[in-house]
Amino acid sequence: MDNHTYNVENLNLWYGNNQALYEIKMDIPENEVTAIIGPSGCGKSTFLKTLNRMVEMVPGVKLSGDINYYGNNIFRSGYHPEELRTKVGMVFQHPNPFPKSIYENVAFGAKIQGIRKKSVLDEMVEKSLKQAAIWDEVKDRLNSNAMGLSGGQQQRVCIARAIATQPDVILMDEPTSALDPISTLRVEELIQELKEHYTIIIVTHNMQQASRVSDRTAFFLNGELVEYDNTDRIFSNPQDRRTEDYISGKFG
Amino acid sequence: MANAQKSETNNHRLLKSNNSSSKKNEGRGKFLVFTSAVIVIIATIAITVFLGYKGIRTFFVYDVSLWNFLTTTGWDGTENSGAFAFIFGSFAVTFLAALFAAPLGIGSAIFMTEIAKKWGQKFLQPVIEILVGIPSVVYGLIGVTVIVPLIRNHVGGLGFSLLAGMIVVGVMILPTITSISADAIKAIPSDIKDASYGLGATRWQTIYKVIIPAALPSLMTAIVLGMARAFGEALAVQMVIGNVKGLPESLLDSAATLTSIITLDMPHTTYGSVHNSLLWSLGLILLIMSYVFIIIIRFVSSRRKI
Ligand SMILES: Nc1ncnc2c1ncn2[C@@H]1O[C@H](COP(=O)(O)OP(=O)(O)OP(=O)(O)O)[C@@H](O)[C@H]1O
Ligand SMILES: [Mg+2]
Repeated sequence: MDNHTYNVENLNLWYGNNQALYEIKMDIPENEVTAIIGPSGCGKSTFLKTLNRMVEMVPGVKLSGDINYYGNNIFRSGYHPEELRTKVGMVFQHPNPFPKSIYENVAFGAKIQGIRKKSVLDEMVEKSLKQAAIWDEVKDRLNSNAMGLSGGQQQRVCIARAIATQPDVILMDEPTSALDPISTLRVEELIQELKEHYTIIIVTHNMQQASRVSDRTAFFLNGELVEYDNTDRIFSNPQDRRTEDYISGKFG
Repeated sequence: MANAQKSETNNHRLLKSNNSSSKKNEGRGKFLVFTSAVIVIIATIAITVFLGYKGIRTFFVYDVSLWNFLTTTGWDGTENSGAFAFIFGSFAVTFLAALFAAPLGIGSAIFMTEIAKKWGQKFLQPVIEILVGIPSVVYGLIGVTVIVPLIRNHVGGLGFSLLAGMIVVGVMILPTITSISADAIKAIPSDIKDASYGLGATRWQTIYKVIIPAALPSLMTAIVLGMARAFGEALAVQMVIGNVKGLPESLLDSAATLTSIITLDMPHTTYGSVHNSLLWSLGLILLIMSYVFIIIIRFVSSRRKI
């Protein structure tokens, strides 16, 4: 498994004059779960949002360095961020379904891409909801508003919505932080199933979660990538003192 | 933060509550707001009852046929008068103005909230707020001196026309629609916009498929409020519409509205005459329509999803 989804080279990022990321260098393997951990404000969300170029929507953002996505530089001129985002799905910290029906939520990405055929959409909606482990709970109410679901259900609909466009990558920014333990467990199981088909990059504040779900873990501190290794190694035998301190709860 | 402040003042009140002067103040305040509320309610009921009584007399005291009154044209101030041309005129001006102002208003609201945020908020928003406050007679004056000759010289007809009414009233309700729509769009939570962008939607797709649908009930409210204002507008319309008592056959024909006829005819009628009573009936139609607009607004805003 030597294929890399992303090769990040010397990435620097500034919000106005404040630098938020310093010389990040990171290869993210395909079809594995990569966890990003680190104290609040260290740049985890910022890094995640550069991977689908959402960060550029913040006014005053400046970037340097390269991010190669399957060998293509995503900052190359002529590479449309919209095109990238159809291949790189995102799940946000707070469930954010559209105020539309469950069906319309999941079909949104496909409709954006111009798919209109009802049978194709139907099949895609069902498949995605099944993959997101929420089909049984919502199959009888596909036409009711997604805002009427519980937070955990909403988050799984959002996951279904993200995988419906058949991306290669799913970015997750603290996807379970607003969920109860049972919903969290379900989403974690889901991540395990999804990694067969998708490269998953997950930001989490929860050490146990990182060690449970991920294959590789990256530790960020003050905008720098301190250590990046197999999850087992990071948690059993970290090479950097700061990583060890963070994992053992000395700060953060 | 706001909550903390609130509870602080509450505590303050609790601590002071055995103080008898503050108790008296509290009672006085309650009395004041209660009285205001009662006065407003009484005024509303009184206006409705008074106008209802005056308006209905036409049909009971003067034996005007309600059906005739509502469906025929020809306005001579006698029992045979029909108000259909004015009812038509009012609705025509209202809908045409909305047709003109709704897309423009919602478009500029989207522009200033989603496309050119900085410029929109620094420049467009204050301009719109000023436009809301300009009295309607000013719009009428500009209509007479600019729009009417423009239509006469470049489109045809006398210039005093439904078209002129539509433009003047449309421009007048434009800022109302724009500012309410802008508020509605600003109230859309940004996380659903992020969700849309995150799925590969472009800015326009996000506007069409997420922002407008989510804001739709509030946008409808904005349009209906604009229409209510258009329906009740008298002065500006009267100045440009020509005030002809027949049914207009085209946009370039002169016409009249319920409001313009009331303001024009009222000084020439004697109290207690049929003609006078007929005008009260026109007023009653206006009142009923404003109730209808309110019911529609209530209905659409109750369908808000966010
Ligand atoms: N929109 C923004 N404008 C300006 N500065 C920002 C913006 N977003 C983040 N920052 C700054 O960039 C730095 C990194 O923020 P980021 O949100 O990436 O942290 P994080 O690791 O995700 O934190 P958390 O765990 O609290 O979510 C912080 O110092 C933050 O203040
Ligand atoms: Mg974050």
